[in-house]
Amino acid sequence: MRDGATLRFGGREFHSRLIVGTGKYPDYHIMQKALEASGAEIVTVAVRRVNLDRTQESLLDYIDLKRYTLLPNTAGCYTAEEAITYARLAREVGMSEIVKLEVIGDQRTLFPDNEELLKATKILVKDGFIVLPYTNDDPVMAKKLEEAGAAAVMPLGAPIGSGLGIRNPHNIMIILQTVQVPVIVDAGVGTASDAAIAMELGCDGVLMNTGIAGAKDPVMMAEAMRKAVEAGRQAYLAGRIPKKPYATASTTMEGMIE
Amino acid sequence: MEIRLNGKVREVADGITVRRLLDQIGLQPLRVAVQRNLDIIKRDRYEEVVLQPGDTIEILSFMAGG
Repeated sequence: MRDGATLRFGGREFHSRLIVGTGKYPDYHIMQKALEASGAEIVTVAVRRVNLDRTQESLLDYIDLKRYTLLPNTAGCYTAEEAITYARLAREVGMSEIVKLEVIGDQRTLFPDNEELLKATKILVKDGFIVLPYTNDDPVMAKKLEEAGAAAVMPLGAPIGSGLGIRNPHNIMIILQTVQVPVIVDAGVGTASDAAIAMELGCDGVLMNTGIAGAKDPVMMAEAMRKAVEAGRQAYLAGRIPKKPYATASTTMEGMIE
Repeated sequence: MEIRLNGKVREVADGITVRRLLDQIGLQPLRVAVQRNLDIIKRDRYEEVVLQPGDTIEILSFMAGG
């Protein structure tokens, strides 16, 4: 059972099990409020060209770096080589070894290219990175990523931004039994129950972006997600009743009138 | 001299260092990464690396993303 009180990887410890992205918000003000409402301690960012027009606002103006741990991603990378370059650039910007490794295999689904992902993981681990790979729900792949030195595995629940929730809870459960590193569901969460389901399965955390940023009220949804992750975790630790095909009465027959 | 900066042609002074270029744009050395012709330039070298005509420079930072 994964019953640690905190989320731990790469020598770090976090109390919040909800990781939130910074993309696709209506504006930076709403993003800032949503991050606060989510209770997240880790937020993801992308590595992109700076805006040379310095009169424009930038993301980091709205993120308190004393409060949040930044988790740079390698979004948009389709080869191991590209992802490795972006990881190294991210390390240079953030002066931190932690990276959410994405190597995308298909533009429509944004599913990972697992072959390239494994290659990149091995190289980056050797280069001293704390690698959190975004992968699919294949336990064989999860095991390989762990053996390659990944600090956690991050199986998708459903395609990025799809809001379809945890499409294959059975595989996620098998992954939880297959690896020792933290399992963080990343991608596909659409509403609070999706996050709760992931945590009820025993996952160590949930990562989401569109589910919050794209909601009608991102700040309210962020708070809902915070509660959902906490509730799901608590339900998991509390030990649910088993599922049975037939009824077992809650009230004894004894003491009834004849 | 001409360099390529973040995909656009830019006119800069001969012998300009990475540090001076960042200063001119108004960027802090912290919170950026600089790539010169496919090499990542480490922060502690910004003052000593001198740009050459035709250099392709990429200056990146953390932007919004999931």
